[in-house]
Amino acid sequence: MELVKPEFGLVFWMTVSFLIVVFILRKFAWGPILSSLKERETSIEDALNAAKKAKDEVANMKAENEQLLKQARNERDMMLKEARDTKDAIVNEARAKAQTEADRMITIARETIQNEKMAAITELKNQVATLSIEIAEKVIRQQLASDEKQRALVNDLLKDVKLN
Amino acid sequence: MCPENAKQSFIKMKISKLVILSIICFLTISFNTASFAGEHGNVSVSETHKAAPAHGEGKEKLNAGKLIMDHIADSHDWHLWGHTSIPLPVIIYNGERGWTVFSSARFEHGHKAYQGYRLNEKRKIEAVNETTEMDAHAATINEALTAGSYDISITKNVVSIFITIAILLFVFISVARAYTNKRKGLAPTGLQNAIEPIIVFMRDEVIKASIGAKYEKYVPYLLTLFFFIWINNLLGLIPVFPGGANVTGNISVALVLAVLTFIITTVSGNKNYWQHIFAMPGVPKGVLVLLTPIEILGMFLRPFVLMIRLFANIAAGHTIALSFFCLIFIFGQESLYGTGGGIGVSPLSLVFTVFMSMLELLVAFLQAYVFTLLSSVYIGAAVEEHHHGDHH
Repeated sequence: MELVKPEFGLVFWMTVSFLIVVFILRKFAWGPILSSLKERETSIEDALNAAKKAKDEVANMKAENEQLLKQARNERDMMLKEARDTKDAIVNEARAKAQTEADRMITIARETIQNEKMAAITELKNQVATLSIEIAEKVIRQQLASDEKQRALVNDLLKDVKLN
Repeated sequence: MCPENAKQSFIKMKISKLVILSIICFLTISFNTASFAGEHGNVSVSETHKAAPAHGEGKEKLNAGKLIMDHIADSHDWHLWGHTSIPLPVIIYNGERGWTVFSSARFEHGHKAYQGYRLNEKRKIEAVNETTEMDAHAATINEALTAGSYDISITKNVVSIFITIAILLFVFISVARAYTNKRKGLAPTGLQNAIEPIIVFMRDEVIKASIGAKYEKYVPYLLTLFFFIWINNLLGLIPVFPGGANVTGNISVALVLAVLTFIITTVSGNKNYWQHIFAMPGVPKGVLVLLTPIEILGMFLRPFVLMIRLFANIAAGHTIALSFFCLIFIFGQESLYGTGGGIGVSPLSLVFTVFMSMLELLVAFLQAYVFTLLSSVYIGAAVEEHHHGDHH
């Protein structure tokens, strides 16, 4: 029974010393320890949050960049398409212009050729007439070189003439 | 955890419990018969002891029960070895003689009365009529004065408490300094590193988990409580000075701790807490007549059980460890098997003692943990706010 009977002295010392220890430790140990722990925990949490925020930001930027890139690509495509269209248009226009020009020049050429041809023909005709006269003159001169030949010719000519 | 694993460990625990239980049963039986055998001789020993105080000569018969009880109980000097012990201050107050302070060496282990006081056979201080220095057995007890005296001597347990406090203060103030000095904000090192996880565990898993949002106010008390009990338990496992005192296994110490928890619980009790005790919501009036006394009883029963649990566990641990040791000397008695018996039993005894010490290491932590956990749970119940989703 001695064992389960509290003793005044021990209860007294225990109460006094334990309470003093609680107060001393609260002021000099638990206070600083717990506040430092808390501080550290909040700083770690803050750091983690900041890291998360940074990560989000990076992700956002990445998305933004992609968006920009996509836009740029679209723009480039559009510009290329426009350029191609313009080029086609220009080429087509040039081709049409060239065609008409060519046609026009051909027509002019043809007319010129025609005129030249006519002139040439006329000239040729004149030349042929002159030549024929000259030739005829020479032939006649030849044939009428002697009296004999003049007679033969006259005979020959007279052969065909029916003296009616 | 996987339920298979839990089941397995549960079975393992059951088996180990069974083993321990059977060992204890076996030893209790053998121990009882042995001490019974020894008791006959013992009467004569104490007789001769009284007649011839010059002890230590001749073979004293061992009374294991007395030895263990002497160890479990508090004492006015700290026994080191053989006949060497550290005398401790005796401080007594009563209305008639005022304060009396002297060294416990004056009692000469109970053989002398000094300044009107002596040690009785239970090693408690008694007031005697004679105030001169004289033989203790010749003095006559003054019952009225004994009852009116307050003995606040610095006993073995008080010294042990002081040692624990010194350790607590040294450890935690130096740890606290590590947080505030030039290493502030850096990663913890050394002792700080060892202590911090325990503090964090106690704060997060025990105190915060049990009390809830308003936990911060109670952290200093509960942490001090935990480390005080734990360090005391561990010191109690060391067989030599400065350990070996049975502080937490002393009912007075357990009582103080339990009462502190009770006071804190009662003082912090909010409206919801008292309402649950005196008028449990949602319970018919007729049942309340029955329930309220039970709740009021429970209010006191909880700290009471807290006290008994700590006291009984630690005292039992000391008792069992010592019992195993005593076996050597019980078997070594001339009336049993002699020296050979003692030597023969000693390996077995050693194995059991080592095993018990290992178990006690676990118990030392466990009891400190359980005491703190339950204190937190009680405080948590007292500060808990009313839940709207009623489920009583």
